Amino acid sequence: MIKFNLNGRKIETDAPPTARLLDVIREDFTLIGTKEGCGEGECGACSVFVNNLLQNSCLIPIGSIDGAEVVTIEGIMESDQFKILDESYSEAGGVQCGYCIPGMVMASAALLSQNPHPSEDEIREGISGNLCRCTGYNMIVEAINMAAKKGDGLWKKQ
Amino acid sequence: MNLKNISTSVPKKDHKGKVSGQLAYISDVKVENMVYGVLYRSPIAYGKIKSIQLPDLPEGYEAVGAEHITGPNYVKIIKEDQPIFANEWVNYIGEPILMLVGKDLDILYRLLDEVKMELEEHQAIFTLDEAIKQKSSPGVTMASYEFGESLESISAIEQGACQIIEEEYNTGYQEHVYLEPQGMLGIYKEDEIVVQGSMQCLYYIKNALITALACGDDDVRVVQSPTGGGFGGKEEFPSMMACHVAVAAKAVKKSVMLVFDRSEDMVVTTKRHPAKLKYRTALDKEGNIMSMCVEVFLDGGANVGLSSVVLQRALLNSAGVYKIPHFHAKGYVLKTNTVPNGAFRGFGAPQSFAGIESHIGHLSKRANIDPLDYKRKYLVQQGDPTITKGNFRDPILMEDMIEDLLNASNYKKKKAEFQTFNQQNQRYKKGIGTSLFLHGCGFTGSGERDHIKAKVKLYKSKDNQVSLKISNSDMGQGIFTTLSKIVAKELDLPYEEVLYPYPDTKEVPDSGPTVASRTTMIVGKLLERAAKKLKAQWLTGVEQEVTEDYVHREMIPWDEKTFTGDAYPAYSWGVNFVEVEVDTLTGNVKLEKVYANYEVGKVIDDRVMKGQIDGGLAQGLAYGYLEKMTSKEGRIQQKSITDYGPPTSMDVVTIQSKVFDNPYADGPYGAKGAGELTLIGGAPAVQAAIEDALQTSFQQIPITPEVIIESLWMKEGEEG
Ligand code: FES
Ligand code: FES
Repeated sequence: MIKFNLNGRKIETDAPPTARLLDVIREDFTLIGTKEGCGEGECGACSVFVNNLLQNSCLIPIGSIDGAEVVTIEGIMESDQFKILDESYSEAGGVQCGYCIPGMVMASAALLSQNPHPSEDEIREGISGNLCRCTGYNMIVEAINMAAKKGDGLWKKQ
Repeated sequence: MNLKNISTSVPKKDHKGKVSGQLAYISDVKVENMVYGVLYRSPIAYGKIKSIQLPDLPEGYEAVGAEHITGPNYVKIIKEDQPIFANEWVNYIGEPILMLVGKDLDILYRLLDEVKMELEEHQAIFTLDEAIKQKSSPGVTMASYEFGESLESISAIEQGACQIIEEEYNTGYQEHVYLEPQGMLGIYKEDEIVVQGSMQCLYYIKNALITALACGDDDVRVVQSPTGGGFGGKEEFPSMMACHVAVAAKAVKKSVMLVFDRSEDMVVTTKRHPAKLKYRTALDKEGNIMSMCVEVFLDGGANVGLSSVVLQRALLNSAGVYKIPHFHAKGYVLKTNTVPNGAFRGFGAPQSFAGIESHIGHLSKRANIDPLDYKRKYLVQQGDPTITKGNFRDPILMEDMIEDLLNASNYKKKKAEFQTFNQQNQRYKKGIGTSLFLHGCGFTGSGERDHIKAKVKLYKSKDNQVSLKISNSDMGQGIFTTLSKIVAKELDLPYEEVLYPYPDTKEVPDSGPTVASRTTMIVGKLLERAAKKLKAQWLTGVEQEVTEDYVHREMIPWDEKTFTGDAYPAYSWGVNFVEVEVDTLTGNVKLEKVYANYEVGKVIDDRVMKGQIDGGLAQGLAYGYLEKMTSKEGRIQQKSITDYGPPTSMDVVTIQSKVFDNPYADGPYGAKGAGELTLIGGAPAVQAAIEDALQTSFQQIPITPEVIIESLWMKEGEEG
């Protein structure tokens, strides 16, 4: 039995240790906000936080995260930070097909909590592990820039 | 929100569900009694199936194949050449032969490995070059068209020419890489099969299902799920998956889910046609163009699919935005035993524009004239005939758009600066390149009138809520927002109150497929008219419904046989300027600046338009230098996103764009098509910029680092 913390809740799963965290989140806990775009760690659609670090959940066997703290997009949805990102993505027009977006939002939150005032280059680098085929990224970069400004103070390094 | 200016951006209709990830794409859906399907695919490129041996299937696992198809065994697209499940001949590696269905995907994949098949392998055609050599062998030429001035009169002109320039140009595959892989669910019900999934064209699928299941109109229903990107990749391909899941659902009396993983998606789904373009141009002694002959060869892959229509668009764009004094064009779709190629944003035009812009650029060098000056000499103007004896009847703003970018980019000064920079720098070289292009909006010729016959419906409930009932898919391009806006503005309703639910064929008439940059212009116009009608009849508190049908505006009638007449009702236009820095040691190209001007009639939503510009141009630029897909002996070599190399946030730069107003009478608020246009200019501009940096010529895209290094070696050899 593998135990970990998922979005603040203690959970146990009898899935085999080789099961991908992505599948456990999606199948066993029906949290659909974490998407699968490639299954090979190349697109970032499956981004989650594991112990506060941005990770591709498709590459993580759950055996390796016993006792860890996992947060998915559902786990941040009620936060003030998410609210700012939501507004900024809308205002900047960063969302098209939406499939990359939950992962992008996770990457944005990760970046801003590390670096509350990133430069354009730092933003580009911060989301470089997240593929978006629709937007050409610029409006997402703009959204993150906007979120940094709007949420000034919110993103302080923890 | 009430709308004063239609172009002012509004929040996107589907924003909330997408930003939170709570909107369910097809792979997020679970239904009762659902099993998964996996496809057993041909391991060889061409041959005959002798026998198939299935492993012992555990309880609850079944095999579905051609014998379960109640109708004819083909996917209805245009020709009847694409089997649903191949059962006699296989024509490409990856062609579906049968499907295994059952509860557990791991077990299904294991069983798939145990299927045995005996095949008689035949000599396959693997490359476009081989197909060109064999183009008169039976079955190799799948479609061809020829038009323009007679070859006799062209050769008479060539007699008097000072020189004749011949060039051959090659373009590669392009893969869509929509971020959501293809997925389709066939829901089994006693009295109907519901097919739900990621798609652009609900009625293409519905018609394919009616044929495959040999059933009535009410026996199948097609519902669009949120679609994670399409770009043409979900135009005709989903019809095949829909047939698979529907046949399987009927056979096993359970709901069947078929979702590809990324590598399967990359290897077996349609791609942009690789092409070869040949130019033969007669020049006078000043280097002016006297005549031009173009030949276009498209690699169709194993089935014709939509390739004949793609070829038409490629040919219709073969002269670019230029008025060539005497012009002749011919084109072929050739069969190879490779994965079938199909629709991709631009639909044949990106290949043609890459080719013609390259060729004209090379001619300008011979004439010793700046490429942009040379191109402007031939730019079509309002009232000019098209190459098919149609007419450019609306105002053309290209000159203004070019002037604007010359200023914005400081073109002349840049050129001089780059020259100095390049003289002083051994390793890094800078260059600036331009592209001029157009896109014919909507279906070719009389397609809207004869084939599509679009119908739209507006429904008003008792509590005065208005809903759009149309079959068009929002796949990220934003039509939920733009089309709702058109209706809201016409009816003076707050935009938030107009509804546009995911379409379901049970609820919506056939307003046509979501393709060809037709949705805003054609469907949008019909909705505008429907809304006007509803407004005139509006009765508060009463349920009401209005419909509108497509009305064709007769111009110069299109004749597909002779390839004459107005091929499109209207054109959208674009100009791109691109600056690059090339590292001559590694061959890496870095984008420095990108400028883009477009004219799409009237913008329906500024932010949505900007999204189309940034996203389309990123794909177009990458097509020119970054994205490379190849096939070797019938096998696609790039199976992962990284192998293929679409742009990341680090590859793209800010795009300085502007959209010019030029309202078109038959578009809603004057709008024309925009979705494909934005891709087209990217590759030719990036090529021209690399050529400018290295002072050399290329005859192909993508211009990858390897291509650059090789050309530098050749140049050194020549000079050394
Ligand atoms: S699905 Fe995990 S990185 Fe793409
Ligand atoms: S919005 Fe479609 S992939 Fe990013």
